[in-house]
Amino acid sequence: MKENNNFFKGISDGIPICLGYMSVAFAFGIFSVDSGLSWIHALLISMTNVTSAGQLAAVPIIVSGGTLIELAVSQLVINLRYALMSVSLSQKLGKSVGLLDRFIISFVNTDEVFAVATSQEGAIGKKYLYGLILTPYLGWSVGTLIGAVAGNILPSLVVSALGIAIYGMFVAIVVPVVKTHRPTAFCVLTAIVFSCAFEYIPLLKEVPGGFSIIICAAAASAIFAVIAPVDSEVDSNE
Amino acid sequence: MNENNFWIYLLVMAGITYMIRMIPLVLIKRKIKNKFILSFLYYIPYTVLSVMTIPAIFCSTSSTLSAFAGFLAAVILAYFGKSLLKVAASSCAVVFAVEFLISIL
Repeated sequence: MKENNNFFKGISDGIPICLGYMSVAFAFGIFSVDSGLSWIHALLISMTNVTSAGQLAAVPIIVSGGTLIELAVSQLVINLRYALMSVSLSQKLGKSVGLLDRFIISFVNTDEVFAVATSQEGAIGKKYLYGLILTPYLGWSVGTLIGAVAGNILPSLVVSALGIAIYGMFVAIVVPVVKTHRPTAFCVLTAIVFSCAFEYIPLLKEVPGGFSIIICAAAASAIFAVIAPVDSEVDSNE
Repeated sequence: MNENNFWIYLLVMAGITYMIRMIPLVLIKRKIKNKFILSFLYYIPYTVLSVMTIPAIFCSTSSTLSAFAGFLAAVILAYFGKSLLKVAASSCAVVFAVEFLISIL
């Protein structure tokens, strides 16, 4: 069994994520302080949650003194997609990844870490994974700190431009696969049609964002798992 | 919001987020053999990322026009196999350029 387990390969794959995170975390830091949190609160939230959309949704609830139920439900709904990702990631882990490693790595199993980890060929080992999560975690924390402390000195044009960074990364992950694997292209297209339906069609657009992400992604993936099953070559880690 | 409340808020949000990520990764140790589930899990990363990107990307900057230009730049560079960093950075640069043009016109 070939296991992808090089710490420095992990670091090098993590650096683009780190840079993308710094810009998004920076925006989160600015947003938190503008909303009325202190810089230390913003930093603590980023260091303990490591999730962009969930954190963004939580700040208004916290500063307005919302209920814990409201906060808990928002986090559950927005972040439930990570459960799907963790299931998927569990299938990529090599033999070197022990129980303690799983407890630690899952803490930083973000959208981007997950996407990069699962797009590796073959199984992935713990050294690779620790390398992969190290710089994104630092970037997320440091970016929040800088944004919270010094964010308002940046011109609004720059802040606006940084807002697209994380989506640019998503595009960079999806497009190359769409280009080479036709069933994935149709699957992605289907997911996008669902997603637009949930954004614009009355009634459907009342569904909270976190749920609609799961519904759209799971529905499109399930449809294509039936009509275009993928050769298990992709997941044959043994 | 007093200081004590903040810690409770922090505990709740961090706890829930961590549980969601940790439980499946710790509990699922065996290789899944079912072809449907394997195919489903193969498609999941791409569908999740696409759904998160579209249409949200078009509201990620201060104008839909600049966001659309940034999106187009990202798709083209990604199609030609550029790295994550290059794609993300170029996308930001295009947004900046378009908004700068809008602001001086």
